[in-house]
Amino acid sequence: MKELVILSGKGGTGKTSISAAFAHLAPSRILVDADVDAANLHLVVPHKVFSSEPFSGGILPELDPTLCTDCGTCVEVCAFHAIKDAHPPEIDPVYCEGCGICHDFCPAGAIGLKPRISGTWFHSSTAEGPMLHAHLGIAEENSGKLVSMLRKRAGELGRQGGYPLILVDGPPGIGCPVIASLTGADLVLMVTEPTLSGRHDMLRLAKLCARMRIPVCLTLNKWDLNPEMTHTMEEEARNRGIEILTSIPFDTEMAKAMAAGRSLTEISSGPASQALMQLWQEVLGLLEKQQKSSDGGLLIMESLKQETIP
Amino acid sequence: MKIAIASGKGGTGKTTLAVNLAASAPMPICLLDCDVEEPNAHLFIQTERIQRYPEGVFVPVIDTDRCTLCGKCETICRFSALVIIGKRLLAYPEMCHACLGCMRICPEEAISPGERILGDVVSATFGTHQLIWGEMRVGEAMSPPLIEAVQRMAPDDRSLLLDAPPGTSCPMIAAIRDCDFVVLVTEPTPFGLHDLSLAVETARHLKIPCGIVVNRAEKGNTQIQDYASREKIPLLLEIPFKRSYAESYSRGEKLIDTDPALKKAFTGLWEIILKRGQEIRRAS
Repeated sequence: MKELVILSGKGGTGKTSISAAFAHLAPSRILVDADVDAANLHLVVPHKVFSSEPFSGGILPELDPTLCTDCGTCVEVCAFHAIKDAHPPEIDPVYCEGCGICHDFCPAGAIGLKPRISGTWFHSSTAEGPMLHAHLGIAEENSGKLVSMLRKRAGELGRQGGYPLILVDGPPGIGCPVIASLTGADLVLMVTEPTLSGRHDMLRLAKLCARMRIPVCLTLNKWDLNPEMTHTMEEEARNRGIEILTSIPFDTEMAKAMAAGRSLTEISSGPASQALMQLWQEVLGLLEKQQKSSDGGLLIMESLKQETIP
Repeated sequence: MKIAIASGKGGTGKTTLAVNLAASAPMPICLLDCDVEEPNAHLFIQTERIQRYPEGVFVPVIDTDRCTLCGKCETICRFSALVIIGKRLLAYPEMCHACLGCMRICPEEAISPGERILGDVVSATFGTHQLIWGEMRVGEAMSPPLIEAVQRMAPDDRSLLLDAPPGTSCPMIAAIRDCDFVVLVTEPTPFGLHDLSLAVETARHLKIPCGIVVNRAEKGNTQIQDYASREKIPLLLEIPFKRSYAESYSRGEKLIDTDPALKKAFTGLWEIILKRGQEIRRAS
């Protein structure tokens, strides 16, 4: 079983559209939407939710005003200014980091701790296999923990069901949820666009992947908006040992697919759709190469490849 | 006045709006780029007098001579940043959230404050304006303390325009939570609309008034406008989709330089925002 993570650094470069196309092209896979604070994959992958569970990634203090002596210790020890110096003190969940030291230092035992429900996660079914996705609550934390949990579940499901691939649609940025999406993955596909911002963010993400020793390949979405920049970025990536794959042209069909709630490869045979099919084959090739070197030539990926030739 | 530009979904045009709005400001302002994981505003602005300040956060340093392995710090730390393995207490600085609980609880004063570098806060000027941004160290997971550091460096004698990170979780909250008004930028797609509704819920949860800017607007596509009128949220501006805008953005050019007709739209947006600011001040 291999795990492919789709990332970009910069947001809005097409991660989810590409994930949806791959999810459709792979005859058998587990799909994970790791962008838990603005999850979109479920909008373009037809699915049926068959279970949902609350996610608790931390704790929330709760003050009992009948026990509180108004001594002010909690206000003083909170390093996050989450406790307002009122009478009795008020705990603001927006600022609370969940360290619990207000509870530990309260001399009156007036502060209890309860699990903080920070979101909901879903196990859904799709035509090509399970999809795990989540919804982080408003103004909640712990997106990294939620991502790690989703990936762990995906791994368990994958081993039980004999799935050859886990496909992860990642979050933007390079911080906590991105690190949680990356750790221990087999391959990262960087999806970016030929813009100054796209380039800046790609280089930072490439540095992160290099530090975490995860192989990276690159595709440029809407490459024809600035062919010169595309060329520059591909050169820079190549110099960093990144595999350059087929780039995707600007195509209004992309927006149409999203509006229809489908993946591009399902509804279109235009230039972007063609490029995505080519890209998928190339990604499979890279995963297979790794499979051979690390697992001594298991050919599960080969069967995937044959079934999806357009 | 402190105005945030946020979105929920990434890549909808937060930075585009922020840099064009900053360049059209009728008075000297300070632009704060709080997307410290991937700061981009400085790529579009010719800056001068750049100064860098490394920013760190507390981490525990253990004095092994004093430590009696009582385990109190290990128990109090809910982030597993302190662990006793065999006959040694080990600190994992990258797990630490800087609550200082370990230092407070240690009966032997064996823990002292150290520092982990989160990244840099960078300050620069452009024209009469100021730009401050944060640059998180690659490999660092925790962005909120750096986002707070960027805001701490802001001058208190001028209006602040804040470019927020995408999403609706801790980094975005740390950026917008004490703003007076939040401008939500979106695009007329199902993803744009879905994430806009999450960002609106977040702003409402934080009790911050908001308005909407539609970027890449298309004739006949009114899904965002319909949502805004349903939710009674003011629609502040529509920026049409033009391939020429996308191309000039790719080269790092500002929209107002590509199409000077847009300058009036941004000046108009300032008027709306400042008027809203007056109303908010009067109300409070």
